[in-house]
Formats: sequence, C-alpha cells, structure tokens
Amino acid sequence: MDGSIPASRSAELAAPARPARHYSPWLDAWRRFRRHRLAVASLVILGLMIAAILLAPFIWGLAINDIDFTARLKGPSWQHPFGTDDLGQDLLARMLYGGRISIAVGLAAMVVAIVVGTIIGAVAGMSRGWVGPALMWLTDLFLSLPTLPLLLLVIYLFRDALKSMFGPEGGVFVLIVVVIGGLRWMPAARLVRAQFLSLREKEFVEAARALGASKLRQVVRHILPNALGPVIVAATIDVAAAIIAESTLSFLGLGFPPDIPTWGRILFDAKDYLDIAPYWALFPGAAIFLTVLSINFIGDGLRDALDPRKVM
Amino acid sequence: MAEPLLEIRGLKTHFSTDDGMVQAVDGVDITIGRGETVGVVGESGCGKTVTALSVLKLIAMPPGKIVAGEVLYQGRNLVPLGADEMDRIRAKDIAMVFQEPMTSLNPVYTVGEQIAEVLRRHEGLSRRDAAEKTIEMLRLVQIPNPDRRLNDYPHQFSGGMRQRVMIAMALSCSPKLLIADEPTTALDVTIQAQILELLADMKSRFGMAIMLITHAMGVVAETAQRVVVMYAGKVIEEAPVDALFANPRHPYTQGLIRSIPRIDTAATQKARLEAIPGVVPSLLNPPPGCRFAPRCRYAMAKCREAVPPLREVGGGHKVACVLVEPALEMAGR
Repeated sequence: MDGSIPASRSAELAAPARPARHYSPWLDAWRRFRRHRLAVASLVILGLMIAAILLAPFIWGLAINDIDFTARLKGPSWQHPFGTDDLGQDLLARMLYGGRISIAVGLAAMVVAIVVGTIIGAVAGMSRGWVGPALMWLTDLFLSLPTLPLLLLVIYLFRDALKSMFGPEGGVFVLIVVVIGGLRWMPAARLVRAQFLSLREKEFVEAARALGASKLRQVVRHILPNALGPVIVAATIDVAAAIIAESTLSFLGLGFPPDIPTWGRILFDAKDYLDIAPYWALFPGAAIFLTVLSINFIGDGLRDALDPRKVM
Repeated sequence: MAEPLLEIRGLKTHFSTDDGMVQAVDGVDITIGRGETVGVVGESGCGKTVTALSVLKLIAMPPGKIVAGEVLYQGRNLVPLGADEMDRIRAKDIAMVFQEPMTSLNPVYTVGEQIAEVLRRHEGLSRRDAAEKTIEMLRLVQIPNPDRRLNDYPHQFSGGMRQRVMIAMALSCSPKLLIADEPTTALDVTIQAQILELLADMKSRFGMAIMLITHAMGVVAETAQRVVVMYAGKVIEEAPVDALFANPRHPYTQGLIRSIPRIDTAATQKARLEAIPGVVPSLLNPPPGCRFAPRCRYAMAKCREAVPPLREVGGGHKVACVLVEPALEMAGR
C-alpha cells in the first residue's frame, strides 16, 4: 500500500481530520441538541424570558402596584406596552414580577414531582417482592384522589403554619410547590417503574451485575440513564401543569396573596373584562403558552441529545 | 487433574412459578481445575446457563433459589455469601461473558467508560490509569485504533467487536475463572472462529480457567480439555474431550455427536441428518428415573425406576446410565 500514491494521499487527508471527531459526552450532547432547531429557538426564547424577569427592575421602571385611575383599562401603548388593568396598574411590570413566581413554581414543583416519582418508581421497579406492588397501590391511591379538593384542604390546613415559618411569600411558595409536586409524581413513578421493569432484565444490566456492580450502582449508572428520555419529557409536561395548577389556586384565592401578580392570577383577574380589555388576558396567556411550549421543545431536544444512539 | 479452582457440588437451583417448582438445575457436580477449559454442553433448557449464573449468584431471587449444594471457589463456599462479598468476587475472581454482545453493553456509555468503570471500582485505579489500562485491554482483544475506539458507543461497533469489548471488560481485572455463556452463538461463523481464537489466546496470556457453555459440539471439540454433558438439569456424562468424541457412552451424548452434520458422510451416503427424537422434558414434574429415558432408544424398565448415578468408567470418564458398567476397580469396591 505504501507505494500507491492515491492511497497514501487519502490517508494523509483523513488522518488530521479524525482526531477532531471526538468530544466529551457533554459536548456531544450539545452538538446533538443544536441540530434540533426548535429546541434551540425555544432555549433562546425561554432564556430571554427568564433574563427579562430577573432583570425586570432594571429595565422597566414602573412599579407593580402604582394605582392610576386615569389610566384604567388602557390598551397597549408606549407608556404601558402591555396595557393596564382595572386599577390602572402597569401590566408589563406586573407580568415581569409575576413571571418569577410562575416559572419558579413550575420548575420547583416539577423537580419535586420528578424526584419523588423517580425514587418511588425506581424502588418499585427494582423490587421483586411485595414492595413494588405496595408502592403501585399507593400510586393508584394518589391518582384516584380528587386533586383540587385535596389541594384546598392541605393549603387551608398548613398555610398559616408555613407562613409563620418562611414568611408570607416564602411560606406560600413552599406550600404550593410541595402540594403541586406532591400530587403530580404519580405519572413519573409509573413511567419510571415501567422503564425499570424492562431495563433491569436487559443483558447489559446483567453483565454489569456479573462484573460486580452493586444494586445502587446498577440503578444509578446503568438503568436510570437509559430511562431518562421519557422522564425528561414527563418533566417538561409537569412544568406546564404546575404553572397552570398555580394559576388555578390563585384563582380560587388559595395561592399567593392577591397582591402578588402571578401569571395565573393576572389571567383570572382579566376574565371579567375579556370583552372590553382582551389584551389583559392575552399577554399573561401568551406568556404561559410560550413558556410551556418552549420547555416542551427543550425537553424534546434534550431527550434526543442525551441519547447517544442518535446518529449525528 | 490440576488442583480444583471451582467445585460445584450437588448444586440445585429451582425456580418457583405459578405452576410449581421448576427444577432447572438438579444436583450438578462440576469441577474446574486451574487454567483448565471445561466445556458444558447440552440442548437449550438443560440448565447450562442456570448453572453458570448460580456460580456467580446472578439468579433472580425470587423466583430462583439455590436450594442445595455448594459452589466452592478456591475452597470457599460462595452460596451463603452476601451481596457485597459477591460483588467483590465478580470480575476480580470470576468474570462472565454473555451470549448477546449486541445488548450486553450499556448503550448510553462509551465502551471506554464501561471498561474503565470496572477497573476503577475493582482495581482502584485513577481515571488516567484506568484509561490507559482500557486502551491496553482493547489492544489485547485486537480492536484496531483502541485509543480512538475508546470513545465510541456500543452501537458504533459490530457484533464481533462488541464481543471483543465484552471479553476485554471481563478480563480487565485478570479473573482466575472466565465463564463464557455461549459467547459465539450470536455471531456468524468466521467471527465465531475469531472469538474462540481470541479466548484461547487470552487464556494462554492470563492463564485463567474457562467454563465454556455452548450447544455447539464443534466449539467444544476445538477449545475444551474436558466436557460436561448436561441433560434436563443433570450432568449425564463427563469426560476428557478426546474420550468423549471417540467413545461417547451415554445414549444422549451419542445422539448429540451423531447429530453433528458431517461433510464426509453426507456427500457419499446421502444420509439424512440424525436427530434425537422428542424434546427436553418439562422440568416442572420431571419423570422419575433417568430423565432421558422417554427419548432413549435403549430405554428399559430399570431406567424409569431410579435416577442412575454418575459413575466413573475409567480415565476420568463418568457416565450416568444403567447401560454402562462401572470400571472394574470401581465395581470391585
């Protein structure tokens, strides 16, 4: 082969190109994520929204509770880009402030739901005795509970205790996150259990066991990463559901105090004025919609990115 | 025979099912000496794999259970050991290679990570040392460009390559015993030959013993020094490889050997390939007496009364069949 010129030339060409092929797993995942255009666009949109929310006090000077009756129910203008509500409060300022809580509640409740669901699902999926069925009964039990009355009851019972512990806003935040997360872990638990039941019998898990991997190690290193795809998708849906659940609670007067304008709260305040001030409902609705949608797309992209079998 | 490395004595592994106890392994004795290759053969469902899994205690318990017997590894009984102690023995002392190379590697990690994981855990190597050793192992199992292939995922390897990776992984901690459970069944013939050659090469390099489980008599003839023939959860014949092929004593072994397709006779005599009639009996309620009796052409009333014991007939050749007279010195005792 040495003598043949074309062969050696192609070998020379190929040689410097090849080492560039290898990236760390994370860089690899990022490369796969980048191919998902919608996910990247969603990441940008969500990033902008979060940046806007965090930097709100610096970019938009109006206060959230400046009441100005001369400017009530004004449509979008340069002065009030998102218009004003029935008290003449600036909706942009209120939405920027409320977004922090809505998104924080959504993400935190999702984390609670996924962590609880994954742990319960994993234990149920790995157990070969009575623990698995018992946990699934518990899951079914929770699924059969009527969520809203239970939410109301729990909040009614514990609101004051938590308020005194974490302060009025912190207390409600903790309560709402725990309650929403605590009532939404069941789908994740079922999903994880189903994945575990099939994955634990896979040859590579047996091979890991044959090579001395402890039970915990089998779960954490070998089974869980393979079960991650559907869990991530479920997580993104949970964010959306949590934001909406928080809106529902605010509407029923059991969420955050009325002076804290979460997106759900604004939306529900706006419902009485839908015919004369549709923009009032439109902007928070669009914000929830955009957040939920972009988180879903990001989840989609993540699922593909974290699966190394996807060919680039 | 060399000093025994592994002694399986009277092993019984049963599985409880809705229909009752399945006696998958029912009193198996196998001895493997240091550096020895022992072939375990038999048709599907005869308990070969369950025996191997029982040695490493990889049986799903429940429903499985080792109900009796001992597995002595260097004189130490593995059966009563706890999970932690077994984890230390796996890979470092006894390692296993599985049948399905396509699915035996975790799809979400690179092969390098998977080999390095074993090394770091059992040998306590640092990340860097483990990576170096991984490259060395991949080179040993003849994977080209190991320093680059290290970063590839299992799906980027072919079946034969993955089996090489599995072997590299199993041998990375230099175990004294390698259990190979049909390592070549899922591969095509040329790759089979390569893998067997690789196993032989690794054996001469590391000096480990191999328990080779297979249903291919040809594979056994080529690689093993001693052969154990299993049928329906029992050992029915055991012999040095030459003796077994030259003079199979048990009707089942005779049938197995006759059913190997032969290129010479087939061409000249136009003979039909011989098969053993019938199927393996259900292990749920095995027939009393010799389990092969229902399919055996020589079966007689005596066969159905009691299970014939495994008896030495001379030269390390043991058979469990009423037809075979024990060796004279044994009979005289």
